Formats: sequence, structure tokens, C-alpha cells
Amino acid sequence: MTAPNSTAGIFPLDKQGLLEAYRTMRTIRDFEERLHAEFAKGDIPGFVHLYAGEEAAGTGIMMHLNEKDRIASTHRGHGHCIGKGVDPKGMMAEIYGKVSGSCRGKGGSMHIADLSKGMMGANGILGAGAPLVCGAALAAKFRGDGGVAISFVGDGGSNQGTFLESLNLAAVWNLPAIFVVENNGYAESTSRDYAVAVDSFVDRAAGFGLPGVTVDGLDFFAVYEAAGEIIRRAREGGGPALLECKMIRMYGHFEGDQQTYRGKGEIDDIRANKDCLKLFSERVVEAGVIQRAELAAIDRDIGAEIEEAVVFAKAAPLPTARDLTTDVYVNY
Amino acid sequence: MARKISMRQAINEALDQEMARDPSVFIMGEDIVGGAGGMGEIDAWGGVLGVTKGLNAKHPGRLLDTPLSESAYIGAAVGAAACGMRPVAELMFLDFMGVCFDQIFNQAAKFRYMFGGKAETPVVIRAMVGAGFRAAAQHSQMLTPLFTHIPGLKVVCPSNAYDAKGLLIQSIRDNDPVIFCEHKNLYGAEADVPAESYAIPFGEANIVRDGKHATIITYGMMVHRAMDAAAALAKQGVECEVIDLRTLSPIDWDTVIDSAERTGHVVCVDEAHPRCSIAADVSAMITQECFKALKGPIQMVTAPHTPVPFSPVLEDLYIPSADAIAKAVARSRSH
Repeated sequence: MTAPNSTAGIFPLDKQGLLEAYRTMRTIRDFEERLHAEFAKGDIPGFVHLYAGEEAAGTGIMMHLNEKDRIASTHRGHGHCIGKGVDPKGMMAEIYGKVSGSCRGKGGSMHIADLSKGMMGANGILGAGAPLVCGAALAAKFRGDGGVAISFVGDGGSNQGTFLESLNLAAVWNLPAIFVVENNGYAESTSRDYAVAVDSFVDRAAGFGLPGVTVDGLDFFAVYEAAGEIIRRAREGGGPALLECKMIRMYGHFEGDQQTYRGKGEIDDIRANKDCLKLFSERVVEAGVIQRAELAAIDRDIGAEIEEAVVFAKAAPLPTARDLTTDVYVNY
Repeated sequence: MARKISMRQAINEALDQEMARDPSVFIMGEDIVGGAGGMGEIDAWGGVLGVTKGLNAKHPGRLLDTPLSESAYIGAAVGAAACGMRPVAELMFLDFMGVCFDQIFNQAAKFRYMFGGKAETPVVIRAMVGAGFRAAAQHSQMLTPLFTHIPGLKVVCPSNAYDAKGLLIQSIRDNDPVIFCEHKNLYGAEADVPAESYAIPFGEANIVRDGKHATIITYGMMVHRAMDAAAALAKQGVECEVIDLRTLSPIDWDTVIDSAERTGHVVCVDEAHPRCSIAADVSAMITQECFKALKGPIQMVTAPHTPVPFSPVLEDLYIPSADAIAKAVARSRSH
């Protein structure tokens, strides 16, 4: 007999783990939805690329990592940052270009990093994170500390030579590196089917001697279980692997993108049927493991947290002329 | 104790001593050991020109031969550096930067600034530079100005074995990314080099010859051409001061400006192409800082605005000569 609220045999996480997963996904969603609204008001400078709709993938992977593990992210990096434990207040202030930001206002949305959390940076250059992750994995291997490093790349970025070279390097050196292809169907405005000739990214992995697996990236549990297996294998010295997450992008490539390249009804269908947060909530509630009221309480908490982050970011001081020339070198 | 050793041996010794001192130092590059995975000799090459020969036996497991994938392994060196290691990556020929430049100038160079001062990337990228090896357009360039232009990078180009050892040790200990340029025609050049470890600070030019009539400012292989020119001019009673910049970023403006003010005649010599070169950069700074001290127009002696040619007769014409430098001194003094 199982205790009330037990998840045994139903889910790979206990109740606390499920609530934690939901909290992370909800934080990412609210962070991005709020940015969408604030950007429309014209208060946010530069380019912003939102991770909304992709939360299940980043969260399902990141829940297997500790602070020793490293990740390198993409343009669409806010979700990876939050999943890896970067403070949303610092992130929000960074996106507003404030000196209280994660990177003192010098990085912006496309370059948020927090090395103390193992987050090696969102990256303005597509595919550039893969070689860096080989280095992080090499450092872990030299130290023998059991750490792994994860490179996130989109279906578009996966066409870069840096990414393909890195698959080979990680394979020949048997590095604890994992390459996650977040296949949201679009490279900017160009469809995945136009720009990638193979049917599956797993075929690409096979071409470099790496095992690979494709999962439904909207299904948190599918991602969580596949990532867990791949990460465990890498930690034990089994080498690199590729994980393809098939997912959707709720918004445009960047904020302001009119998305005229989308099919008719595509976005309505995404909202109605392909929202990974809704899918997660329905699963755990229908299983009787978590009550709707418990999720609603988290929603309220996160709503307040994001509001606080925006208030903090708006009130935070701007950098001064003095900041322009600092931190180019450690010493010069 | 100093002995006469070649620049090749001096670089090897610097790597050896730093690996022995610091377990976070490791070396990676194409054929830096040589023979990996084959049926024959391991350490078959020790680098394409034998600079890392013998290190593998002394530091097993810490020299990594890489696939021919410059983007992946230079990026891996950068990533490992950002995670607390001190990699020394050999790019073989600096001309190969074309295939991996993003990892150098958009990643390594920018991490500290983009991440608000919260990153350190202590990576050294060693590479051969320069013409005179009959290696033609894609294996002979002096691309130092391209790297010097980039904030976040440090750029070093020694002219002799003594400086090569001390500057490489400093490069490895330095907490910023360093591009360490080794002139391939200087590998065999010998100098007195102490056996013990020593570091030469960055941003300290070396006055390799004193003089009161003119200043010749240069670096790398061209230091030797400048010294030849100065020796020829001395026979005519013209005493040239020759400044070896040693590091191009940071650069020792104080020594440069002080000498220009004393002599009033300046020749900037660069094996790079003329436009946006180190010579042009130094000329502009001197003009801005001490225009009134100048007694004649600053002269630039550089390679022409052409790729490096193959045919030996053309390549010899391409490389700035001692004669061209001496004539430039005379041109400035004719004003």
C-alpha cells in the first residue's frame, strides 16, 4: 500500500521534486511572459529572445545537475539561467541594463552568465557554446570530480561547424559532455525541415560515434528520464551523448518578430494543446499526487517574485561612465 | 645559470617548468606529441617544428593531441580556462585563426567584460607567425595587429630566446587570455637563457640599443633587421636607439614616447601589412603625444599591402630589409 500523495510507480520524482519542477517552469514562464509585456512598452533595450514554451526541456535536464556541473547556453538563455539557479532579480536588472544586473549591465539578455552557478553564459554566437562545453568537460575529467557539462543548441545552431567539430572532439576524448539540441522547428524564421537535411538529430550523433535519443520536449517526464540516463552515463565515464528535445517556441525569434512565417492557427494550437506547463499540471493533478490549490499557491509566489524582480530592476541604478572601461582585463 | 639555448628550447623549457609548478597547466594542439593512436613512435613530432618534443614523457597525460578541428579545440581551451584550468593551446600557424577566430575574439576576449568582471580566462594560445620560411600566403602572415585591436586579449611577440622563456612563463601565469606569437625563423636563434624559471612582466619594452639620433621601434623578427640597420648607420656616425616592444597589448607607451622625445626622429618597423598595423598605431600615438619634439616625419617600414608570396625572390622583397630601415632613418633625418 502506498502512502497518500506517493508518486511511486507513477512519476520518477517524489512530490517535493514535482513541486520543485513546477516552480522552476513557472518561474521561467512568468519571467518570459513579463518580459514580453515590458518589452512591448519600450522599456527594455536591445534584443530579447524568449524561452516560453520550452520550459519542460531545460527544467527536466537541469534538475539532474549540481553547481559543479557546467552549462553553455544560446541566445534563448533565460530559461537555462533560471534552471541552473541564476537569481531572477539579477537577470531582470541585467536585461534592463542596470549596474545591479548579473553582469553589471555589460552583458544583457544574450550574455547572462553566472560562473559561480556553473552557467557559462548565454551566447550571441550560434553554436559557440559547444567547444566551450568540451573544455568544461575536459576540466572535469582532469579533476576527476564527476562533473558533466551540457551544451544547449537550437536546431538552427546545430548546423554550425563548431557544433559538429565538438561532437567529434567529445567523442574521441570520451568527455563527460552532453549536447542538447532544442529543436523548436525554427532557426530564426527558417524552418528546421528546410535547413537540416537529416530526419533526426540522432542520425547526426551516430555519424560522430555518439549515442543519441529524441524525446518529446513538451513532456517534462520524458525529458527528465532520458536526460537522467545520459547524464548518469557521462558521470560514470561513459562519454558524451546527444539529446534532441522536440519542442515549440511560444513567441517569435525575438521580441517584435511579427512571425508571418508561421502557419495559420499555429500559435493558437500551441497555446491550446502544446503548453508544456499545462501538460505537466494536468498529469500531476489527474494522478492525484498534487492538488490544483498547491500549484495555484506556487503561481502566486512566483507572480510576486517576478513582480519584485521587475520593481527591483526598474529602480536599480544605471552604470556610470566609470563602468565603461572597467573589467576588460584582470590586470593591464 | 645561463646557457646558450635556442628559442625552441627556451619555449620548451618554459612549458616544462610551468607544468611542473602548476598542475592546472596542460597543453593541447595538433601533433604536439605526434603519432597518437598509431603503430609507430609516440612523441614522433613534438609539434610540427619540434617545440614540445620530450614534454610528453615528463608530463604524461597532460599533452593532448587534437583532431584537426581548430574551432573545437581552441574553444575547448577557452572553456577549460573559464573553469579554472590553465591551458596552453598551440594553433600551429596563426594564419589558422580564420577557422577559430570566434572562440578567441568573441568568447575568450569578451567573457570578463560581458560577465561584469566575474570571469577569468587564463588561456594561452601559442602560434607561429612571420614570413621567410617559403611557406607562402596561408602559413606566413604577421597577424599581430588583428589581435592587438581586440580589447580583452594580450599579445606577445618575443624577438629572442631569453624573452621567449620569460614572456611565456608570464603568459601562463597571467589571468587574461594571451596570444603568444612565435616567429618561425627565430626558433633556432640562440641566446643566454637562465636555467631557472623567471617571468618578464608585460608592457615593458626593451631598449636593445641606445642611440641619440633616431629611434627605431619594432618587435619580433624585425628587431634583428633594425639592429642590422643600426649597425650600418653607426658606421656613418648615426646612432639609433632600437626599441623591442616585446608585448603589443599591453604596450609600453612610456618607453616609446620618452625615446621619441629624446631623438626626434622615429621609424616604426612592422612585418605586418601597413594599414592598421602596429607601426601605424605607434606612429599615431607618438604624433599625438609628442608632436613638438619631432624633427622629421615619422617613417613606417612595413611589408607591402599584398599577401605573402611564395617564390623566394618575391618573399625576400616582401620582408622589410635592414636597408629599407636605414633609408627610412635617413629620410626622417633629411628634414
